[in-house]
Amino acid sequence: MKVFAFSKRNDLEILRDPLNLFFGVGFPIVLLLLLTVIQRNIPVALFEIEHLAPGIVVFGLSFMTLFSATLIAKDRGSSFLQRLYTTPLTAGDFILGYLLPIMPISAAQSAICFAVAVLLGLNVTVHILTSVLLTIPVALLFVSLGLLCGSIFTDKQVGGICGALLTNLTAWLSGIWFDLELVGGAFQKIANFLPFLHAVEMERAALRGDYAGVFPHIWWVIGYAAAVTAIAVFAFLRQMRRQ
Amino acid sequence: MDAIKTIDLTKRYKDLTAVDGLNLTVRQGELLSLLGVNGAGKTTTIKMLTGLTRPTSGDAYLLGKSILTDSAAVKNMIAVSPQETAVAPNLTVWENLELMAGVHGFTKSEAGDRAAELGGRFSLSEVANKRAGKLSGGWQRRLSIAMALISDPQILFLDEPTLGLDVLARGELWDMIRALKGRMTVILTTHYMEEAEALSDRVAIMKSGRLLLTGTPAEIKRHAGTDKFDEAFVRVVKEAAQ
Repeated sequence: MKVFAFSKRNDLEILRDPLNLFFGVGFPIVLLLLLTVIQRNIPVALFEIEHLAPGIVVFGLSFMTLFSATLIAKDRGSSFLQRLYTTPLTAGDFILGYLLPIMPISAAQSAICFAVAVLLGLNVTVHILTSVLLTIPVALLFVSLGLLCGSIFTDKQVGGICGALLTNLTAWLSGIWFDLELVGGAFQKIANFLPFLHAVEMERAALRGDYAGVFPHIWWVIGYAAAVTAIAVFAFLRQMRRQ
Repeated sequence: MDAIKTIDLTKRYKDLTAVDGLNLTVRQGELLSLLGVNGAGKTTTIKMLTGLTRPTSGDAYLLGKSILTDSAAVKNMIAVSPQETAVAPNLTVWENLELMAGVHGFTKSEAGDRAAELGGRFSLSEVANKRAGKLSGGWQRRLSIAMALISDPQILFLDEPTLGLDVLARGELWDMIRALKGRMTVILTTHYMEEAEALSDRVAIMKSGRLLLTGTPAEIKRHAGTDKFDEAFVRVVKEAAQ
């Protein structure tokens, strides 16, 4: 009950911020619509809906870092978190309370993106469901990044780092907007070493029903998600002790 | 049993001693004001007593429970209304009250009942469905104290509860705080001497981390040889500086 009360509050704080709704749902849908129109006028294989939709889903999830980090950093900056630290909530309750509520928001965001993609011509198959399920480790990765950034940075710093830097990194290094093989070299190697490209490739493979193609990308995503979650928990506990 | 008993409670930050061997006893049902100029150690003392900061040495017992070895039990019996208004801005007044009841382990229906009771007692019903972030400073402070009381704490810490409020809002909050006297132990920090004098059963004056004097407002005035409480406070602090 304690952790649910806290996570419900976090859910409401996020969902009642109109900017969050715009960036979380509106912006990815606008991108889907815009790029689909471009694709119809100037056909580009990369922007075909079955190729584009998984990329936009992953890009949309990168905003979960911003939501999560902003909430935590704002709480840290006010007395609100200090007040809660004097209640019977445990460290585990705080971590779960910040991580859990954003997971259903992420799932809903992915489902909405795929629903819009269906309206734009994506075939309705069971693979859409698999793709939505596979967003769970991707969402965990981004939400944990939010816990990490929110535990380290102020809310103003979070705006720049998560709102600008991370979303751009996700966009540029994930092969959503251009084929990374065309760039090659160090850029491609860096992209291969980071989880964003693997998240998109995993989603694309799942959506076309190529479940063997989900591997090894899923291991990259799960590995990064586990590592970032562990570091984020450590960072949160550290700032909690410092408070 | 004493509500609070500190034994040589000390907090050091590198080369700064924020609280230096504090020995203070607070009786159950008493309202004690912690007074001191900035840097006196009031906030650090409250942070240690509420489990936010671990003492460097010494210990404190809240209704017999050690802040070092039994912090979970301590957290179940205390509540804090921090200096800044600590409310969830995008939640309504009602949701803020239910949140605090929820994190104290109340069921949904119990949380609703507690919110209704506190909402009525603090006349919050008229703003129940307004978002807390949209309320005026006075209403937010009122909500903040109601949130602290939702768990029916045995010891309540009020850190600068009327800071920045206008005269009317301050007067209303004073009435609410007075109504708590005898029902629970209240530790109040304030920079307003008239507030301390009007509300306190006893006052503890701190300076540079040390406890200078404890007593009723009348005793403090008698000790300083003046009938004005703010003057008495200044004399006690200056006396210590010499």
